[in-house]
Amino acid sequence: MKRFLHTLRTMDWLYGAGLLALGVFAWVRYDHHMDIFEEAILLSSVPAFAWLGWWWKPFQKLAAAVLLLSLAGIGLYEGDLARAEKVFLLKYIFSSQTLIGWMCMLFFFANGAYWLGLLRKSEFAAGSGTALTWCAIAMGWAGMMVRWHESYLIGADVGHIPVSNLYEVFVLFCLITSLIYLYYEGVYRTRQMGAFVMLVVSAATGFLLWYAFTRGAHEIQPLIPALQSYWMKIHVPANFVGYGAFAIAAMVGVAYLLAARGVLASRLPSLTVLDDVMYRAIAIGFAFFTLATILGALWAAEAWGTYWQWDPKETWALIVWLNYGAWLHMRLTKGLRGPLLAWWAVMGLGVTTFAFLGVNMFLSGLHSYGAL
Amino acid sequence: MPNSTLRAWYELLSSMRFAVSLLTVLSIASIIGTVVKQHEPFNNYLNQFGPFWFPLFESLGLYGVYNASWFLAILVFLLASTTLCIIRQSPQMLREMKSFRTHAREASLRQFAHKENFLSAQPPATLAAAASAYLTSQGFRVKEDKRDGARLLAAKAGSANRLGYLLAHGGIVVILVGGLLDGNLPLRLLLALEDKHPTTFAQLREAIPAQARLSEGTLSFRGNLFVPEGERSSLATLNVDDGVLVQDLPFELALEKFSIEHYTTGAPKRFASEVIITDRASGQSERHTIEVNHPLTFKGLTIYQSSFDDGGSSLELLPHRLDANTQATPVKALSATVGTQQPFGDQTLEITSFRSFNIENMADTQSTSQTIFSTLQSRMGSAARHDDGKKFVNVGPNFQFKLRDAAGQAREYQNYMLPITQEGRAFMLSGMRTSPNENFRYLRMPVDEDGRIESFFALRNTLLNESARHEIARRFAKSSLPKATATDPMLTGLIDTAERTLSLFAKDGFTAVGGFIEKNVPADEREKAADVFVKILNGCAWEALQWVREKAAQPRLEFTEPRAQYVRDALWAMSDIFHYGAPAYLQLTGFEEVRASVFQITRSPGQAWVFLGSLLLVAGVYFMLFVRERRAFVLIKDSGDVLFAMSANRKTLDFENAFVLHRDALKGLL
Repeated sequence: MKRFLHTLRTMDWLYGAGLLALGVFAWVRYDHHMDIFEEAILLSSVPAFAWLGWWWKPFQKLAAAVLLLSLAGIGLYEGDLARAEKVFLLKYIFSSQTLIGWMCMLFFFANGAYWLGLLRKSEFAAGSGTALTWCAIAMGWAGMMVRWHESYLIGADVGHIPVSNLYEVFVLFCLITSLIYLYYEGVYRTRQMGAFVMLVVSAATGFLLWYAFTRGAHEIQPLIPALQSYWMKIHVPANFVGYGAFAIAAMVGVAYLLAARGVLASRLPSLTVLDDVMYRAIAIGFAFFTLATILGALWAAEAWGTYWQWDPKETWALIVWLNYGAWLHMRLTKGLRGPLLAWWAVMGLGVTTFAFLGVNMFLSGLHSYGAL
Repeated sequence: MPNSTLRAWYELLSSMRFAVSLLTVLSIASIIGTVVKQHEPFNNYLNQFGPFWFPLFESLGLYGVYNASWFLAILVFLLASTTLCIIRQSPQMLREMKSFRTHAREASLRQFAHKENFLSAQPPATLAAAASAYLTSQGFRVKEDKRDGARLLAAKAGSANRLGYLLAHGGIVVILVGGLLDGNLPLRLLLALEDKHPTTFAQLREAIPAQARLSEGTLSFRGNLFVPEGERSSLATLNVDDGVLVQDLPFELALEKFSIEHYTTGAPKRFASEVIITDRASGQSERHTIEVNHPLTFKGLTIYQSSFDDGGSSLELLPHRLDANTQATPVKALSATVGTQQPFGDQTLEITSFRSFNIENMADTQSTSQTIFSTLQSRMGSAARHDDGKKFVNVGPNFQFKLRDAAGQAREYQNYMLPITQEGRAFMLSGMRTSPNENFRYLRMPVDEDGRIESFFALRNTLLNESARHEIARRFAKSSLPKATATDPMLTGLIDTAERTLSLFAKDGFTAVGGFIEKNVPADEREKAADVFVKILNGCAWEALQWVREKAAQPRLEFTEPRAQYVRDALWAMSDIFHYGAPAYLQLTGFEEVRASVFQITRSPGQAWVFLGSLLLVAGVYFMLFVRERRAFVLIKDSGDVLFAMSANRKTLDFENAFVLHRDALKGLL
């Protein structure tokens, strides 16, 4: 711990101080909206984000960009929602929907750049992919922050953190998946996996656009009583770290299977690296998914009167958990390696997707607010 | 049992193969449980699966998979398997954690996959000190073993990884124990041991058989408590199989008030029950508010806001008789309570529900064609906009009821209390359907300029009255041909036509008129004929309206378009009433609402265990996945030969990198 703190530079301390200042500001300004648990969440989010930024330096710049973009949006509103239609900068850049629209666009471009980089072996194109992904995340995240603000502009009783319905969590999924990917990109110093990983983000983005355009799902809806809980603030994001990491593992699994058959093998990282990324993504996903499921049980105990009642969503969460638990056992205890694990990771995404979407579409249960 | 058999069982139960098989079966069973809807009334399953599969699936317990004995058996086996696995593995794990392996031989170190030989010019003691300092700085704990002509530095890091195994698997065991404690198993045992049986009827607490009544001491349960406003209850009901058990509670719960708040869109915002809870032992009372996400814990039981219902609201109803021939149909105002039934003429009136508050989207639906560009425009900006023209309005109270005839056939109705404005005109709405699977079809009866429905019925009674028919026709003909004398054949002809039209309409509304035209008029003249008939009906209805007013000593109305529209709407409503199927329209004139709250009450002694187990599990997963166990050995011979070797319980890329890092660092120390 001591050793870790010694490695921190001036910028790191500035970043930490900035986070602290933000935390104090939020506390002073918005304390009347929060109950004791939400205060605790705010308090612990300061060290959590500080640690994240200190441990993974590029995150600091992202946080700064998100802060500036969000403040611009919030400032331009001047407390009046109608200004979204009148002010040019709001309408075309800084309002939540437009920011999220930019995010979608940039994710598509990033995916294209990654493919170009992979096929042409162009370091420049792949580098552009990385830069575009960073920009997309900054825009999308700021979009979520501004959306949060907008919900309070509609009415103090409507205001809530934007992780409450399928549209919002899909944005969250895109952000988290690409963030985790960027982390691995940095650790392994390779941009070649981006072409594959960003495919799943592009697909999610396509769904988002379809959902907003044909269903009008982008509109902020007030929270039904069952969702009015501080648990939502932690249960949902934890879940999506899990989903995002599993999605990455599956896409890297696809890359692995292709490379193992000699397709793109000369352009992709070695099988050892792909295998390792797959393992680490599933490990981090599994840890967060465990946590999220337990947080869900704690919430269920409070909202539905029992921590586990074999609701379809709960049951499928258990199946997902068992699936990846088995995957980790096979790899760690039995020492299994190779295409079988990659296939398994790819199939795992199918199971995960069913738990995430299929349950809401085909089965009825208590988690119906995620309905399509 | 001979020792060898025991041993074999132990081997089987504690093996990972067995655990994986169990988990696979568990997963498949769970999937079945999510696909087949659980705990539905048995009739639904019979309809769904048919008489062949229904009993088969029932015997397999597929309608309550998670409570089936075989499912519980899997969980018990899983508990046994995980426990034995821990017992089997932990001694070795603990040994591994503690041991530095200071007795590792040179020969075995040379078998390692990750090793390197060096030659050092430094004195062994100096090198050992430096290497030890380096490894310590890298997070290793180091022990030195001096042996013949050599010394061995044995270092290890990340032993908590092994602890993770114990924590995670121990956590699963604790969770399973807690879960089984709260699950169906204790209740099943209780039912078997105390000879209790669920009952299918438990409307009155006096009528509950003792065999279906559980004492306060039940270890764990989950039940429902239904309390209307102003009443109290101390009995929870537990749904078991196709019946219920009744659970005595150590307290009495009185509901003072149940309140619902809505957002402007009509979505629910808050459900809250204000309750007084009285300890039956001490007689002391406390006042609390129970809300969704804010349960109340009292004497080890937790009380949740689960849902709400009508608690027996009383409604004031005024029947407007629709069928003049059924003299049995009452016309006097009556009171009815939601959830009860009473005779109504020769039918039975069952009031099924009442809602004092109905938020509907009242915007006229106009589909505007949108270009891609305008759609894009509308999706930019804030996420708050409602540009779909929705207009949410509280349209006031309504109630639903069934009218059941002697043969048991029922039609269902939904009547609104207040007039509802559609296309600028105000109507009393009454929905009708013949089966619960249909949507309501609405009868729209126009209200007059004072917002009253009575004038519609007065008009209807006059217009459809056989004895009034000639007079209406006469008045209509007179107003159409003001200059004609009483014997003018045009006038008498028109009177005759109007009378016949009215008598047609009185039979089956516009359907009868249409049928007449189809039968008697050539196809190419039908449209024109229909037009004439409609004009005659409109004219007659207008005159009938004036006549009704005349009899009530009200002045004649001046003809305006809205009034003409009123008459047209009235005719349509009269025509629809022929298909309404009820002997009277029941107008809701007053109500006294009584709500009821449905609580869920649980005693779950396992919950604390489950949460403790969860904590262990999270810690265990963290240690297992993110703490890397490593061992490093530096064998320094007095001759200057140095052997560096590393091992890890998991081979990952990280480990490869770490080996290279430490090897190169040690090289630098030489």
